[in-house]
Amino acid sequence: MKRLLTGNEAVARGAYEAGVTVASAYPGTPSTEILENIAKYKEIYSEWAPNEKVALEVAIGASIAGARSIAAMKHVGVNVAADPLFTFAYTGVNGGCILITADDPGMHSSQNEQDNRYYAKSAKLVMLEPSDSQEAKDFVKLGYEISEKFDVPILLRLTTRICHSKTLVELEERHEVGIKEYNKNIAKYVATPANGRVLHVKLEEKLKKLEEYSNNTPINKVEFNDKSIGIITSGVAYQYAKEVFGDNASYLKLGMTFPLPKQKIREFAKQVDKLYVIEELEPYLETEIKAMGIDIIGKELIPNIGELNPDIIREALLGEKKEIIEMNSEKIVSRPPTMCAGCPHRGLFYVLSKKKNVVITGDIGCYTLGSAPPLETMDTCICMGASVSAGHGFSKAFEVNGKEAKVFGVIGDSTFFHSGITGLIDIVYNKGNAATIILDNRITGMTGHQENPGTGYTLMGEVTEQIDLVKICEAIGVKHIEVINPLDLKETEKAIDKAINTDEPVVIITKWPCVLKKSPKEEIEEYGLDQRKICTVESDKCKQCKLCLKVGCPAISFEEGIGAIIDDTMCVGCDVCLQVCPFNAIVKVGE
Amino acid sequence: MSETKNILLVGVGGQGIILASKVLSKGLVDAGFDVKMSEVHGMAQRGGSVTTQVRYGEKVYSPIIGKGQADILVAFEKMEAMRWIEYLKPNGKLVINNYSIPSVPVLTGQVKYPENIIEELKEKVDTTVIDAANAARELGNIRTQNIIMLGALVKALNITEVNWEEAIKETVKEKYIDINLKAFKRGMELV
Ligand code: SF4
Ligand code: SF4
Repeated sequence: MKRLLTGNEAVARGAYEAGVTVASAYPGTPSTEILENIAKYKEIYSEWAPNEKVALEVAIGASIAGARSIAAMKHVGVNVAADPLFTFAYTGVNGGCILITADDPGMHSSQNEQDNRYYAKSAKLVMLEPSDSQEAKDFVKLGYEISEKFDVPILLRLTTRICHSKTLVELEERHEVGIKEYNKNIAKYVATPANGRVLHVKLEEKLKKLEEYSNNTPINKVEFNDKSIGIITSGVAYQYAKEVFGDNASYLKLGMTFPLPKQKIREFAKQVDKLYVIEELEPYLETEIKAMGIDIIGKELIPNIGELNPDIIREALLGEKKEIIEMNSEKIVSRPPTMCAGCPHRGLFYVLSKKKNVVITGDIGCYTLGSAPPLETMDTCICMGASVSAGHGFSKAFEVNGKEAKVFGVIGDSTFFHSGITGLIDIVYNKGNAATIILDNRITGMTGHQENPGTGYTLMGEVTEQIDLVKICEAIGVKHIEVINPLDLKETEKAIDKAINTDEPVVIITKWPCVLKKSPKEEIEEYGLDQRKICTVESDKCKQCKLCLKVGCPAISFEEGIGAIIDDTMCVGCDVCLQVCPFNAIVKVGE
Repeated sequence: MSETKNILLVGVGGQGIILASKVLSKGLVDAGFDVKMSEVHGMAQRGGSVTTQVRYGEKVYSPIIGKGQADILVAFEKMEAMRWIEYLKPNGKLVINNYSIPSVPVLTGQVKYPENIIEELKEKVDTTVIDAANAARELGNIRTQNIIMLGALVKALNITEVNWEEAIKETVKEKYIDINLKAFKRGMELV
């Protein structure tokens, strides 16, 4: 049966068909749906880990135990997981193990566009690169075979375009593989220096065999057509190349890009007149092929910035440009993403935006949108967890150099569990005075609502222990902890002011469920979510001061001559604007 | 049919574009085409602009197209039509919903929502204007705008090989099947 599946769905299906029994991940666009789909197969134990390092380590443990396992993450997540990854390449596997890296060329929702193919080379991992959903599924299954045959972990690289495009996939049955026998093997699985030295030698031997495999595997495939142009390519770039050149060129399509099939590349190069490398982002293949002494054209024509598409290739290599309809583009207004109407983060950021002499170190999540106008309340955003630790560095630098400013690190609940805790430990241990604000919206918001250790549910839908943020902070040694309702501006302001005037580590937890969250019954009752009444503007009282627009709620608009208007289909009655209006023109409907 | 057809749907998060694209793709797959569908922009839930591309034919390679290549552009929101018009073939068709959703810079009064969008577009390209919001209201559910637009798309491109009723039945939730079937028909009538 053929079905249209996204690359992420196809990877999940591949794991199912390959007999995988353990899966772990931390959510991150574009990889999130892989685990969400794996969780639909009851044969597979699946979980959200607090971060990518933990996710990979869970998969490693399961693999050594003898089970086929999988870990999935976005490209920057691999940076977090890099520590165990490099050593795992040395120890090898027992049950097959695959790590998925979902790269984001074009930075659709990421802070950089690193090319994780370099991880394969650097950590010495077999790398597979599918070019559509069918291959995504097939390569997962093949990956487990390679992993077990050669005793190596596999790095499978997707990109946003593969993850989020639907293409046809042939579904097959699950093949139960059971669990392999586990035998204690200290020399293999205990990476002391003495063992590591031996393991490194073994790994190099495996890589030689793998290069041979790479030369012979059908997923490194030659397609001969017109031989005046030869194209070496991988991943989705293959589809783009086919789109542009069709049968007017010959192809070497690489499904396995580490170790590279050097012999196959040489033979292919000999048989074509002009040779191109078409690859997205960095000149990974190009550099390797040039190092083999082969003349090849690549990045001098095709950009290494941004997502590739057939047009870019057409223009770069053929000099062709499509005719387009031109419009006066100045008229088109931008449509940036924004915090939702009724978002619990808005109240906090509004209060922070009024404070002078504060520095806000931000983090990765919905609240990063607090950096956008009109709130613009953020000074930095580096990576997950850096709000707390970079905030500490910021405040220390100011302290040592006699400058004054209060630093607030703002971090989400899920992100705090991910990597904020260690930063907070650093602040307490090293007598810092940066304040930490944990924006606890009771869910992982940005990636589309995944459970996390603070929510009380697992990925598989079971009720579980809720990790208590207050107790954690107490245990770390924070003495000044406040839990507030961020929609209450007075309460929020009081907490912020107190923090400004305190010289010890402070944690403020802003606790209110994300407005898009499907709250369980208890939560609806606890927060009175069903009691809320929406707001409206009494236009005769509106003095047109536009102050309410400063909260940046997408439900409020303004019309000259009339004043503020609240869209009744969008407003959820969070009351933030109501508290801001100095003329009491905003009222509750029906009051 | 040997040539690949390119469809581009654009609008704003929450307008049901993804669902409409799912019905579209499902129908085309069932009719035996090779189909690729791609969501081009993320962060959809937070008011950003959303687009999906659907390509179908005997054999489709790239899941995405670039500028000047869509056979049809279906805009669920007026300004989004302007934003994406470059992707339409100069002799392609535009189906535009006469409906505007102001973005945050407009709401906060920093900039103005553009005027005369439809007039300007009409001058440049074969344009069909649909009042899907009102039609949906008449049907009793404003959320059926997306399937009305889908009906209009199918009519405008004259895709006859597909059993659309079946595709809708298999894609939308059971209790909404009837109203969506009506919406689809209404959309076809509006072109
Ligand atoms: S999804 Fe939730 S947390 Fe994110 S912006 Fe919307 S309301 Fe706020
Ligand atoms: S009460 Fe005001 S700020 Fe809150 S959602 Fe409604 S319009 Fe927006």
